[in-house]
Amino acid sequence: MKSSYIPMTGEQQDAMLAAVGVNSVEELFSAIPEELRLKEDLDIPAPLSEYELKKHMMALSQQNFDSSWNLCFLGAGIYDHFIPSAVKHITSRQEFYTAYTPYQPEISQGVLQSIFEYQTMISELSGMDAANASLYDGATALYEAVLLAVRHTDRKEVLIARSVNPEYRKVLYSGLKYSGIIIKEIEFYTSTVEDKKSGTLDFDRLQSEINENTAAVVIQSPNFFGIIEDIKSASQKAREAGALMIAVCDPISLGVLESPGALGADIAVGEAQPLGNPMNFGGPLLGYFAVKSPYIRRMPGRIAGQTTDSEGRRGFVLTLQAREQHIRREKATSNICTNQALCALTATVYLSLMGRKGLKEVARQCIDKSYYTYRALLESGQADKVFNAPFFREFVVKPKTDPELLNDVLLAEGIIGGYDLSKEYPELEGCWLVAVTEKRTKDEIDMFVRKVSSICQGGLQK
Amino acid sequence: MIRDERLIFEKSVPGRIGFTLPANDVPEVDLTETFGEGVLRSSGPEIPEVSEVDVIRHYTNLSRRNYGVDSGFYPLGSCTMKYNPKINEDIASIDGFSQMHPLQNPMSAQGCLEIFYRMDKYLAEILGMERVTLQPAAGAQGEMTGLMIIKAYHMSRYDEKRVKIIVPDSSHGTNPASAALAGFEVVQIPSDEKGCVDMTALEEILDDTVAGLMLTNPNTLGLFEENILKISEMVHKCGGLLYYDGANMNAIMGIARPGDMGFDIAHVNLHKTFSTPHGGGGPGSGPIGVVKELVPFLPVPVIEKQDDYYVLDYDRPLSIGKVKSFYGNFSVVLKAFSYIMMMGPQGLKSASQAAVLNANYIRKKLEDLYDIPYNRICMHEFVLSADRQAQKGVTALDIAKNLLDEGYHPPTVYFPLIVHETMMIEPTETESPETLDAFVETMRRIAQLAETDPEGLKHAPKNTYVTRLDEVKAARNPVLRWRP
Repeated sequence: MKSSYIPMTGEQQDAMLAAVGVNSVEELFSAIPEELRLKEDLDIPAPLSEYELKKHMMALSQQNFDSSWNLCFLGAGIYDHFIPSAVKHITSRQEFYTAYTPYQPEISQGVLQSIFEYQTMISELSGMDAANASLYDGATALYEAVLLAVRHTDRKEVLIARSVNPEYRKVLYSGLKYSGIIIKEIEFYTSTVEDKKSGTLDFDRLQSEINENTAAVVIQSPNFFGIIEDIKSASQKAREAGALMIAVCDPISLGVLESPGALGADIAVGEAQPLGNPMNFGGPLLGYFAVKSPYIRRMPGRIAGQTTDSEGRRGFVLTLQAREQHIRREKATSNICTNQALCALTATVYLSLMGRKGLKEVARQCIDKSYYTYRALLESGQADKVFNAPFFREFVVKPKTDPELLNDVLLAEGIIGGYDLSKEYPELEGCWLVAVTEKRTKDEIDMFVRKVSSICQGGLQK
Repeated sequence: MIRDERLIFEKSVPGRIGFTLPANDVPEVDLTETFGEGVLRSSGPEIPEVSEVDVIRHYTNLSRRNYGVDSGFYPLGSCTMKYNPKINEDIASIDGFSQMHPLQNPMSAQGCLEIFYRMDKYLAEILGMERVTLQPAAGAQGEMTGLMIIKAYHMSRYDEKRVKIIVPDSSHGTNPASAALAGFEVVQIPSDEKGCVDMTALEEILDDTVAGLMLTNPNTLGLFEENILKISEMVHKCGGLLYYDGANMNAIMGIARPGDMGFDIAHVNLHKTFSTPHGGGGPGSGPIGVVKELVPFLPVPVIEKQDDYYVLDYDRPLSIGKVKSFYGNFSVVLKAFSYIMMMGPQGLKSASQAAVLNANYIRKKLEDLYDIPYNRICMHEFVLSADRQAQKGVTALDIAKNLLDEGYHPPTVYFPLIVHETMMIEPTETESPETLDAFVETMRRIAQLAETDPEGLKHAPKNTYVTRLDEVKAARNPVLRWRP
């Protein structure tokens, strides 16, 4: 056995084979039909030493343009926020990251209490009564929320704003393809640029589509364009029709924006990556899921609850497990087993460090810095206004140069530019979604605006 | 250890901070004027106000009430709690990987894409499949993806009557749950007296309404399905597809391949077989491999190599679409990739061999004191029954709780459901014979105490931070969050 991760020596192997009562290692596999047993080695690379591996991986990483040496103005659902060092120090503790799911509560109080704290923080941010222990990402959290609404209302139609993240809508369409659930998309206002509602949900369309078959109304706020939606009015419409209101909300924005719970939403879901988790090329992410009390027993996935031990002391366990696959099999509320526990711990430690003030300050800086960038781009005369509604951290402009070309030139200058909206929204041809987090300084933003405007003035065309 | 039961919220002191941020060096926006009425938060959120030291102490103390693979032996059946190499964590922390945005121009992410592309190839080789998608975030999501592909395949042939998915009674709960979620009717088949699929029962069920069969091989009893070739022939003959639940892949790396057994779709859990940590419940990664005929149905994007560059291919009309945002749990894939690169073909094979030898060694050392319902050479895990001890009043749960006091993470208990008082033991290859011997000795001592002093075993654990917890109270009166 030749691996530093396999302690058994040759001598020990012989002794163990004898103890088992077989003559060779091969004999242990005699239940596998002869014709199935591989005769040759797997065709994968020969092993590297740890040092060689490190060198190899460093070389691969150097082919990437990452945000440690490039300025990131890209968002569209994943954000480049500051992460305090202390976060990683906690999540790198082996007792957390090498542990299994806390099915043995007596030796899992660490992770169980941290989940309980996470559930509390998510409930607080979203203004909900309870949250689960995490789901894979915002997109699958939305999928689970829609399933909950369909089961609860026993209705088959879901109305979703077209301004919900396209990745989320794609996951929803794939997952529901053969479910019999009908998804209808509601457009956003594009009336006139000066209209304060442009870029927000078209309530006239919502009004005409909502009826007694509607299981849920789904909106995102800030929506994919960064624009803040009117969750309160949408919730009212949903309630009148007997449908559930599902709000997709960014957790950082909830440091300053009113919570979806307070605005009448029944379910809040979203992507909690911005809470201390690195972008990691899109995974792992952190789907949060929070509900008002009537829906607690319909939640998917694991939930931690408080109880007492045999000596009356406070302790925590995984609870309401009769919803889950390992108990209910085909009747479970969801098939999820493994979730994103360590990412949830990351978010909990991040929020503890930032505190109420820090979270507000991050949100505040996102607003100030994104508005500063937005105004500077418009003032440069090289980018046009597209919408006119208030936004958070992210905004849409139409630069004089095609976004794809613009991004290519910016990349060569060490800047990761915004998101080209024409890919998902043909009607927004030439429109560019730019994100600005608290990490960007005034100097960096000024340089970004200068470069964008000089590229546009250069008249680069497709 | 100082006992401190307080939550982080209960340590909050108004005005205390634990952060620093860059200066807000741009003009401030007037929030009320910009956002108008009702948009800004009227109260809360009640996030604690604590210092960095408070946070570090709080969570360090919490971590000490937890048990990881680095703490000690973790023979948790079906979970493959092998050691998680440290170098993998270092690699996943490299800025050049962790600070990459998924929507960057693919030309600026060639390193990430190369890893995805090569990992697809390596796993395809290990599984005996044509191509692999790395998009699923966990085993259950891999199952869901596989079932969506089965659905899409039959629909593409206008074969709409195939509504059933067959699962054995010994299967993981995720199998029937995923099948139901994917819109199938779940049909359970019994195991035979050898613990394998009951061939007569299978024969009876198979008809043109069967979409597919989901199987773990070796199964959850740790036994290899000896009839696998016959099973796949029967299922294929009736027009169904075979899905391989890769939870137990650690038994057969480099020894046998699901593709060669006749499986059409196979998932692997990178957080089991390929050494990535479980993180206290996640994140994991559950890639699935498919045979050539099913490649067109894989989720988008598929990472392809064109000329010298890696590209994201979204132009796949038969694709099931997306099961998750972006491309998968990249940093988990990165750790598993590093593991494969360090193990090589021989290393992976040795790992499976040692895992199987370790399991058989423990089985042999316990067979006189515990009932072993299917007592023959097992694969990487085996199931024992504490029935004999239960007759004295000592259940599998009691034994598990006594193991906690002895410093072990107990085996999986009460699964699979087809054995009474089950304990499912999976030692993995990363444990030394000395560790196994010590565990065996403890298990033997507990078995003897069950004979002589059963009452003495009923009150464990005593040495843990908390004693047995009232789960009924937790479920009856759910307290799921702290309230200010």
